[in-house]
Amino acid sequence: MNPMLNLWLIPILPLAGAAINGFLGKKSSRAAVTIVALFFSGAAFAWALWVAMRFSSLALPYHEYLVHWIRSGTFSVDFAFYLDQLSLVMLLVVTGVGFLIHIYSVGYIWEDPSYYRFFSYLNLFMFFMLTLVLASNYLMMFIGWEGVGLASYLLIGFWFTKDSAASAGKKAFIVNRIGDFGFLIALFLLIKHFGSLNFDQVFQSITPLGAETAGAGLLTTIGILLMVGACGKSAQIPLYVWLPDAMEGPTPVSALIHAATMVTAGVYMVSRSHVIFERAPIALTVVAIIGTLTAFFAATIGIAQTDIKKVLAYSTVSQLGYMFMACGVGAFSAGIFHLMTHAFFKGLLFLAAGSVIHSVGGEQDMRKMGGLRSYIPWTFLTMGIATLAISGIPPLAGFWSKDEILWKAYQVSWIYWLIGLITAFITSFYMFRLLFMTFFGDYRGAQVDEHGHGSHGHDEHGHGEPHESPMVMLAPLMILALLSLVGGLVGIGNGFEHFLAPVFGSGVTAEAAGETASRLVEYALMGVSVFVAVLGALLAYWLYCVRPELPQKIADSLDGFYEAVVHKYYIDELYAAIFVRPLINGSTRILWQGVDRKIIDAAVNDAGDGARHVSDEVRHMQSGNIRSYAGWVAAGSAVVIAFMIWMGVR
Amino acid sequence: MVPLSYYLVLSGFLFACGVIGFLIKRNIITIFMSIELMLNGVNLSFVAFAAHWHALAGQVFVFFVMVVAAAEATVGLAIIIAVYRTRETLNVDQVNLLKL
Amino acid sequence: MSFHLILFLAFGAVCVGGAVNLLAQRHPINSALSLIAVMAALAGEYLLLGAEFVAAVQVIVYAGAVMVLFVFVIMLLNAGEEEESKGSRIALLLGVPGVLSGGVLTAWVMVRHSGTEAVAIGALTGHPTDIAQLLFHDFLLPFEVTSVLILIAIMGAVVLASKPEATARKVD
Repeated sequence: MNPMLNLWLIPILPLAGAAINGFLGKKSSRAAVTIVALFFSGAAFAWALWVAMRFSSLALPYHEYLVHWIRSGTFSVDFAFYLDQLSLVMLLVVTGVGFLIHIYSVGYIWEDPSYYRFFSYLNLFMFFMLTLVLASNYLMMFIGWEGVGLASYLLIGFWFTKDSAASAGKKAFIVNRIGDFGFLIALFLLIKHFGSLNFDQVFQSITPLGAETAGAGLLTTIGILLMVGACGKSAQIPLYVWLPDAMEGPTPVSALIHAATMVTAGVYMVSRSHVIFERAPIALTVVAIIGTLTAFFAATIGIAQTDIKKVLAYSTVSQLGYMFMACGVGAFSAGIFHLMTHAFFKGLLFLAAGSVIHSVGGEQDMRKMGGLRSYIPWTFLTMGIATLAISGIPPLAGFWSKDEILWKAYQVSWIYWLIGLITAFITSFYMFRLLFMTFFGDYRGAQVDEHGHGSHGHDEHGHGEPHESPMVMLAPLMILALLSLVGGLVGIGNGFEHFLAPVFGSGVTAEAAGETASRLVEYALMGVSVFVAVLGALLAYWLYCVRPELPQKIADSLDGFYEAVVHKYYIDELYAAIFVRPLINGSTRILWQGVDRKIIDAAVNDAGDGARHVSDEVRHMQSGNIRSYAGWVAAGSAVVIAFMIWMGVR
Repeated sequence: MVPLSYYLVLSGFLFACGVIGFLIKRNIITIFMSIELMLNGVNLSFVAFAAHWHALAGQVFVFFVMVVAAAEATVGLAIIIAVYRTRETLNVDQVNLLKL
Repeated sequence: MSFHLILFLAFGAVCVGGAVNLLAQRHPINSALSLIAVMAALAGEYLLLGAEFVAAVQVIVYAGAVMVLFVFVIMLLNAGEEEESKGSRIALLLGVPGVLSGGVLTAWVMVRHSGTEAVAIGALTGHPTDIAQLLFHDFLLPFEVTSVLILIAIMGAVVLASKPEATARKVD
């Protein structure tokens, strides 16, 4: 019998923090707000660690029933929590990285007048994300799903007085909702055909079913619809457009939500539903294709971006594509592995980028940076580690997870592998480009005004030379750097895969056989990917350190194509023309002026006017003339008498 | 022997004349007299039916009608006098202060 | 052609003539006098139907009191002839044919659908004794109520028709 772990505490603690800070934070001191925020998120992390320590003694999967919710005929859904290896991994990642980012934010947001609001929203996000991860049924997951979308909107538009920030928040929420529509339809199909949304019941019903190899069927439909939802939340083609705009939010938000946790919700959901996907090969192929294409596509955009955060945003989209590629070839544990390592190094990259931006007084354009490594050495060191990790240089974390994905992809089709490899090359290239443009060469930024302050100020207006961030911001960087260094080692000897084996087991799509013979191939492929990553780094070094005038020449010679890449292939403009403008026009002309004004308003106004006209006509009966009254009396009585005669004659 | 319907036709004719006078006359006193004419027509109808059904209650009702008619004529004429004092006219079309 | 019928037609002719004359005359005093003639003829009709008490009351109360009151008021107010006006011409053109046609239709329906039942002269006699029997036993309540009604009418008439000097003085 399992001991009661009180899993419900883990989401509820941040919720309490959000409520306290939300309602009382405005009048409280910064110290009080900080203590509340850090206490509750830290408590959640501590509880998660405690659960992890008890993990080996549990009978899995662990269910915890909180309170019943919907009972409708044979359909029932409750507030209940679920713990197995997969949710444990997600739990630790979310609480751990989340807590580190909370600490970092103390330093980053200190100067902002809405300090309390930031932490309230951040805690709120943690609550929803943890609900999503610990849910034991799709409906609770959907609550968390929607909730993180809401928190994302609130946090992207944190500086809502800025038009671009408010619009970015709206864009994120709306594009998310499009994906959520697909998710909802999938849920409805699940209810209709399997009568339940609980993970256990649904997966038990689906397991005996055979694979739909003959063509599209129910499971394929559900799978594709779930993928639509994942595309929205995890920014895959075609619903990725919100993520680059989401960089309007504060950098800790980008780190937490748009790198480490929220965007991974889609990957988690697809992995959780692996039972469905394994029996729907077409849906799996769709997932793999979308993931691969997105990875490549986003990487190509990342080459030409000049805003440091935008590069990282497209990098996130690209790495998420890798995770979906992994899921799409049936290697769900590889996808989750990459999710974990990506949380480490991408979170680190964003936080370090925030540190860089902070040090140069708010400048985000890399062309105005350079040579910062002497000014901000710690940031440089941690960012360098993260860059090595993401490029897949061994023995850092990114190498293990990315290689796992490429190997598993190769086993299904060399095309996936090849595109993945090329993308790895491009990834290495643009990440090192970022590193070199930011930290090497001469400082190209404007000297900002001197301040007389001796202490480290954290406002956006700089203090003369670029300066290092305070310890409260550096400590999380260092911890994440450490994790990026060693975090991948759990993958040695397929350790991670074995850890998650009870969850993913062996699906209907059998993996390639022949362990021993393919060992050589695996090492060979590993070598190729490392070689490619180093090649990318060297190319970046040559273009941005040795011959810095070359990039401009190349850009000029490619001219039109280069412009397209810089403008993100004009996808946003395309969407605006196809979807946004017709929608607004239709809404204005048809719904507002046509229906609302001409039909509804007219009906109401005409009803009033009609009543007035009728009474205007009837008014003439009251003429004040006695003889007309006499006439009306006579006429009325004649009618009555006629009626009575008619009744009598009948 | 006079059929009942002859009495009823006569009564109806008197009533009709009363209504016509009520509608076309402009002198308020003449209108009142038309009302009296209507009541008389009805009285005739009552008495005729009383004789037809051998029910004396019809004649008793005529008695009541006459009483009411007398009272109504009294009060009505008093009102006419009061109106004449203020409006100086017996033309019913000119008593139209309630006209919009 | 019984005597009953001749008498009925004679009295009926006076009724009809008086009624039409009431409508035709322009001076109200002429209308009042023709109405008196109608009432007298009606008293005769009542006698033919055997309602002697009612006939007597008709002459005493209706013709003798009510119509006299009308004549008094006409003379008091010095009512003059009616002038023609546009409204009266419309009423004449519309009302007379309308009412007459309705009346003719009703009369035709009644004559067509009535049987051959006839009222014999003097078949039912309205002795005052019998009437009194009904009045004071079966219809006692209406009788008392009408007496109250008359009282109210008297008071109302006195108040309405009295000279307004008493109230006018208070205005000063």
